[in-house]
Amino acid sequence: MVGGRQLGTRMLRLYLPLAACLILMLFPFYWMLITSIKPNRELYSQKVMPLIVHQPTLQHYIDLLTETNFLTWTYNTMLVAVITTAVSLVLGTMMAYPLARMKFPGAAVVAIGVAATYLVPQPLLFIPMADIINRLNLGNTLTAVMLTYPTLLIPFVAWLLMGYFKSVPKELEEAARIDGASRFQAMVRIVLPLCTPGLLSAGIFAFTLAQNEFLYALIFLAKSDVRTVPVGAITELIRGDVFYWGQLMAAALLGSVPVAIIYSFFVDYYVAGLTAGSVKS
Amino acid sequence: MVDRRAPPRRLLEREGAFSWVMLAPGVLFLLAFVAYPFFYGIYLSLQERQVAKAGVFVGLANFVTLFHDGVFWQVARNTFLYTIVTTVLKLLGGLAMALVMNQAFRGRNLARAFLLLPFIVPTILSTVAWMWIFDPTFSVINWTLVHTGVFSQGFSWLGNATLAMVAIIIVNTWRGIPFYGITLLAGLQTISPDLYEAAAIDGATVNQRFWHVTMPIIKPILVIVTMFSIIFTFSDFQIVYALTHGGPANATQVFVTYAFDLGMSAGQLGMGAAVALTMLPALILLIIGLTFYLRRE
Repeated sequence: MVGGRQLGTRMLRLYLPLAACLILMLFPFYWMLITSIKPNRELYSQKVMPLIVHQPTLQHYIDLLTETNFLTWTYNTMLVAVITTAVSLVLGTMMAYPLARMKFPGAAVVAIGVAATYLVPQPLLFIPMADIINRLNLGNTLTAVMLTYPTLLIPFVAWLLMGYFKSVPKELEEAARIDGASRFQAMVRIVLPLCTPGLLSAGIFAFTLAQNEFLYALIFLAKSDVRTVPVGAITELIRGDVFYWGQLMAAALLGSVPVAIIYSFFVDYYVAGLTAGSVKS
Repeated sequence: MVDRRAPPRRLLEREGAFSWVMLAPGVLFLLAFVAYPFFYGIYLSLQERQVAKAGVFVGLANFVTLFHDGVFWQVARNTFLYTIVTTVLKLLGGLAMALVMNQAFRGRNLARAFLLLPFIVPTILSTVAWMWIFDPTFSVINWTLVHTGVFSQGFSWLGNATLAMVAIIIVNTWRGIPFYGITLLAGLQTISPDLYEAAAIDGATVNQRFWHVTMPIIKPILVIVTMFSIIFTFSDFQIVYALTHGGPANATQVFVTYAFDLGMSAGQLGMGAAVALTMLPALILLIIGLTFYLRRE
């Protein structure tokens, strides 16, 4: 049969490995989903076949939304992520623009500084930072994380945007300046609109990083009503040795939804951002 | 032409002045919340300092204590093992994923979007799913192993020193493979099909094409992605903290979880800061290496 052998190689080289990749990468999410809708008698039974749900229930979701502060945590997470993303985009853009397009004394030092702050990881800073936040009396406030998240996001945004800003030809800006635009106007009206994809990539990336942050939130937010979703889930749905598995999974799933939705709309920008750091630089 | 704008505005038209006005807010912020904490951390590491108490300057005593502490060396070994093994696995797995995804098929963009999910979902939340997968009593892995007859009894994944290390390596690898896979895929897609055809005409085998056409082109990306990944794996906290808390008996304790235990849980800020700083030499080497590589490219 014509094509039979072709189908065989395609099976072996594409479909089988692809299926294996998809199953391995997605199984934990499937597991999250079905655990969250299993009744406790199925969850905690070694006799029931665990790979499917026999009697689905929404009880864990109801408990999560009514008996815990999950909605407050979600609100906190979103608030912090949106504000820190916005602040980091503005400050990061303001840093990247001159670094990418202008010659001025000190440019090299600042550029190296930005790269170093991006690469020096947060674990080197969290202990002194905890003491500083304490002395500023900011413990258990969202201000503490709003002040610290941009330290992770600004260097990243600046670094990513520098690549995009460099790609805009200088002539465009010069033409605008000859027509009487100031430097600032040339930036806002000419260069930034051309770099919209870069700004979107940076924004989405910063937003996912902010949603993912855990260490600062864990240290600074010890009261339930100021917690973010990751910290709330791991500290309050696990009490001592008691794990509320159904609720934990429901929280994990619901907590992933905002990131997943934004990501699904802008997946191309996300991938562009992911690769820009390594491919373009 | 006479510039009629007011003097401060005219000043802003100079490159230097404009640049520094734009940079100032960000630079000041990073100085206050990155540079200052960094040096304050060095200062803390030289103190005997409990939370809410005044510190006493002790010089390098904290570091001396650490270097005589068996746990510290175990932590160092664990961190290097964790970083090296996961990096090799992520590199190979990511390369395999990229090569599979580099073939033309319907729904490729959708598949790519799904494959990247482990990397974008908040780490702590996906690790929660893994905690349940590794549960001592209800582990789905154990269920599968027992019910397919491979083993008569399941394992205590997070309770056994070796298996706990295997578990954190699995989760880190799972989360990191898509990062390698999707960035390497982007690199593969820049390779012109003409190159492969030319190589095929010259009689190059599949293997030769991979090593002499594919590899040289994606090597820069491969190096950069790997360096990034090493830096972030070396300083990983979330996966280890959630899955094992460094246990059992420090078998999976890594630098950051150990610094957290000493500095935050036990309230010894000085010791914690010292542990965190011991990561610095390795990190500096990596960062310098990466910077040089980027410059050369």
